[in-house]
Amino acid sequence: MEVVTTKTEVTTNMATTKNKIAMQLKDVSVAFSGRTAVRDVTFDVEEKKVTSLIGPSGSGKTTLLRSLNRLHDLTKGAVVEGQILLGDTDVYNDKLPTTLLRSRIGMVFQRPNPFPTMSIYDNVVSGLRFNGIKKKSLLDEAVESSLIAAALWDSVKGRLKNGGTTLSGGEQQRLCIARALAVEPEILLMDEPTSSLDPISTKAIEDLMGELKNRVTIVIVTHNMQQAARVSDNCAFLLMGDDRAGELIEFAETTKIFNNPSDPRTLDYIQGRFG
Amino acid sequence: MTDLLTQLPPDPIYDRRKQIQERAAATIRRRTFLSRTYIATLMGCFILALIPLGSVIYALINKGIATVSWTFLTALPTQPNLVQQDAIGGIGNAILGTIVIDLLAGFVAVPIGVLLGLYLSEATSRVANILRAITEIMTGLPSILLGVFAYEYVVVPMKQFSGLAGVVALGVLMVPVIAKSSEISFRGVPSTLREAGLALGARDSKIAKSVTLPVAAPGVITGVLLSLARAMGETAPILLVVGASGVWDFNPLHPMSALPLLTYNYSGSQYPSQRAAAWGVALALVTMILILSLTARIVSARMRREKR
Amino acid sequence: MQTKEPGLHGSSEVAERVSHSATSDRPYKIVLKGAAFFFGAVVLIFVWSVLHAAWPALKQNGYHLITGTSWVAGGNGPFGAFSLILDTLITTLIALLIAVPIGISSALALLFLVPPKFRTLGASLVELLAAVPSVVYGLWGLWYLTPWLSHTVQPFLAGLTGSNFPFNGPQEGFSLLLAGIVLSVMILPTIVAISRDVISVVPADLIEGGLSLGATRSQVFTKVILPTSKIGIMGAIVLGAGRALGETIAVAMVIGSNIQMPHSLFSTGGTLASTIATEFGDASGNTGAALAALALILMLITASVNAFARVLTNRAKASA
Repeated sequence: MEVVTTKTEVTTNMATTKNKIAMQLKDVSVAFSGRTAVRDVTFDVEEKKVTSLIGPSGSGKTTLLRSLNRLHDLTKGAVVEGQILLGDTDVYNDKLPTTLLRSRIGMVFQRPNPFPTMSIYDNVVSGLRFNGIKKKSLLDEAVESSLIAAALWDSVKGRLKNGGTTLSGGEQQRLCIARALAVEPEILLMDEPTSSLDPISTKAIEDLMGELKNRVTIVIVTHNMQQAARVSDNCAFLLMGDDRAGELIEFAETTKIFNNPSDPRTLDYIQGRFG
Repeated sequence: MTDLLTQLPPDPIYDRRKQIQERAAATIRRRTFLSRTYIATLMGCFILALIPLGSVIYALINKGIATVSWTFLTALPTQPNLVQQDAIGGIGNAILGTIVIDLLAGFVAVPIGVLLGLYLSEATSRVANILRAITEIMTGLPSILLGVFAYEYVVVPMKQFSGLAGVVALGVLMVPVIAKSSEISFRGVPSTLREAGLALGARDSKIAKSVTLPVAAPGVITGVLLSLARAMGETAPILLVVGASGVWDFNPLHPMSALPLLTYNYSGSQYPSQRAAAWGVALALVTMILILSLTARIVSARMRREKR
Repeated sequence: MQTKEPGLHGSSEVAERVSHSATSDRPYKIVLKGAAFFFGAVVLIFVWSVLHAAWPALKQNGYHLITGTSWVAGGNGPFGAFSLILDTLITTLIALLIAVPIGISSALALLFLVPPKFRTLGASLVELLAAVPSVVYGLWGLWYLTPWLSHTVQPFLAGLTGSNFPFNGPQEGFSLLLAGIVLSVMILPTIVAISRDVISVVPADLIEGGLSLGATRSQVFTKVILPTSKIGIMGAIVLGAGRALGETIAVAMVIGSNIQMPHSLFSTGGTLASTIATEFGDASGNTGAALAALALILMLITASVNAFARVLTNRAKASA
């Protein structure tokens, strides 16, 4: 009994001190082919919380997201200014191989993209194998743990050898989530993960996020602000400025953004005046 | 405080994460090295693939130019003999023969090939599918077989070798190639355009004439010119059937000379002068093929530009 | 029952409506069908002509045509093309062993590694390889590769196996090996072009998915891109094989003149195609029919290979 009380004390203490920050963005600007997509973004991503990036199309949300795991490097003429810190590490530090960085930051894409020639099992462990983990016991453990976390274990545990594309759309997306989770990243980036799914699958994944955040920090881009209101703890609102570059208008707790935003432009967006 | 922290229950996820990160960090150097080596090998293979091209072009220019001259290109061939080992003469009639045979084959093959391509792009019946399969298979068939065919059906009845037999062989060679590329061009015509024609009550032939054909024209013409270029370089189909000729001859009913054939024969000649001359013949042939291919691309680019 | 080709619907659906429209256009359809059926008839006549010409040899030799090993040019038989068939298969195999890895690697390099501004140039250069006529390749092989082989490559290879199989025998340059090498250069553009087509439609999503998990570039190539394009690449390989099997002139110029049972990669010999070319001129007696029989065998082999390639490429297109 004493141990329990002491534990609660500890957690409460941690709650009153500043929450741990998983990722920091300082004056980040992202451009490609000479065109700035988003500029001067500064905010902190709290650990074990869901942070959403919202805003109308063109505001640079996806570009910003893709710069966090350096996927943006693939774009022609990609330039990133400012500082992005993962814990203590500068994401754009030349000494850190992008492969190692991406094993710490996972990503789920807009359309489910399971590897078509791999089985469900192989899909989930693909990230582990890429990173040099081969031990069967570790792989089996990871498969079960990630599929359970993605709420997929019960429906697929009997057919792990089946192809990854034999699942329905919503299931495939959860498979991709499991695949990203298997590498145990510190942060999970989600780029409009439910926009190609039906409402039932969408709800299933939104519910999932509530549980997932205890395991990984989540940053989600969504063009559906109701979804942001439902799932996220913190919210960053981006808007395209007159120079056609997106900028961060406001960053705050979701409840504040949606009930009492500071910036009138945020209020306009919430009330549906544009976007 | 630290005592309390160590009494917290172990977090399997945190442990697994640490294990994974350790393993990833331990293997990163090997994985990066393997990746770089693999990528270098890919590029190396690509460069390796271009070496034969460089070598062939070098050979053509180096050895070919040595034997080419205006006389060479326009004179008739002479037969070297033991006394005059270098008297090879020219390849004028071979150039003529190549052009005659190729053009005639084109006259025959283009209408049939384009119509066949149009048919295949529109018809969906079982028969059409069979014909499509046959056409595709025929494009990959060894050209020597067409020489056998032309021999049986042209040379034997005529009791002599002739340019006509070559025309037949090359014609049958070209039809499926033209048909296939035309079919692709015709299918590339947006269906919306044809539907517009339908809505206006136009007949199929009118639609084909005013809509399909003009839009597909650049692609069709390119395909035709490219297949002419390819047929020009074919030796096997004409080897068995056109015989040989040392005179100027426009008449396809007679045996004729042709550049690829001449290259082949000269290459195995007992006279070094003829063997060296083979390169000159080859250079002339490749030049003609390149001119034709380039014309094809220029024409299609020009036609596409005019459309806009 | 109507069968539709996958992926090629648009204009043929319109065409169906066109052909069923009230203003149906009979002369137009007759002309098209006429041309199509005319060509079909020509193909049938062509097949028949080869069969007909080969018939005497089939009657004379029966199945020994395929299993027998005696081939005396200009003679009256009996004719056995077994060594020729072997030579055909061996040279094609050598060509594939060389051209497939280099071709697929080149395709990957062209699509992903060559700097973007050089990509069209690179692709055009590979296409240029395809524009060179086979007689020029034969000439090049004759003049440049023969000495290289007999002075450098053959001694080196013989050294590897102590002059034993498969690198035994005289090192004259002219050989199955040389024919295989020349063939590999000739089928390279086919393999590169088709592999490029197939690999370029691998969705970027998959590539990014692999990278986002922490895969290295080579892992993305080997575990994501290539497995996904596997069927289409197999189609490219089979098509390349089809070309190699039927290539006549270049092979005839470098494979040597002595037809024998291949006892080494350095043996001379003749493929089905090259033998037809080299011996047709002096064909007397029953040789003519025997050569036509070779043509028949060649036709059957290449038609089946091309048909198989077609099945593969259709399947690849369907699953894209």
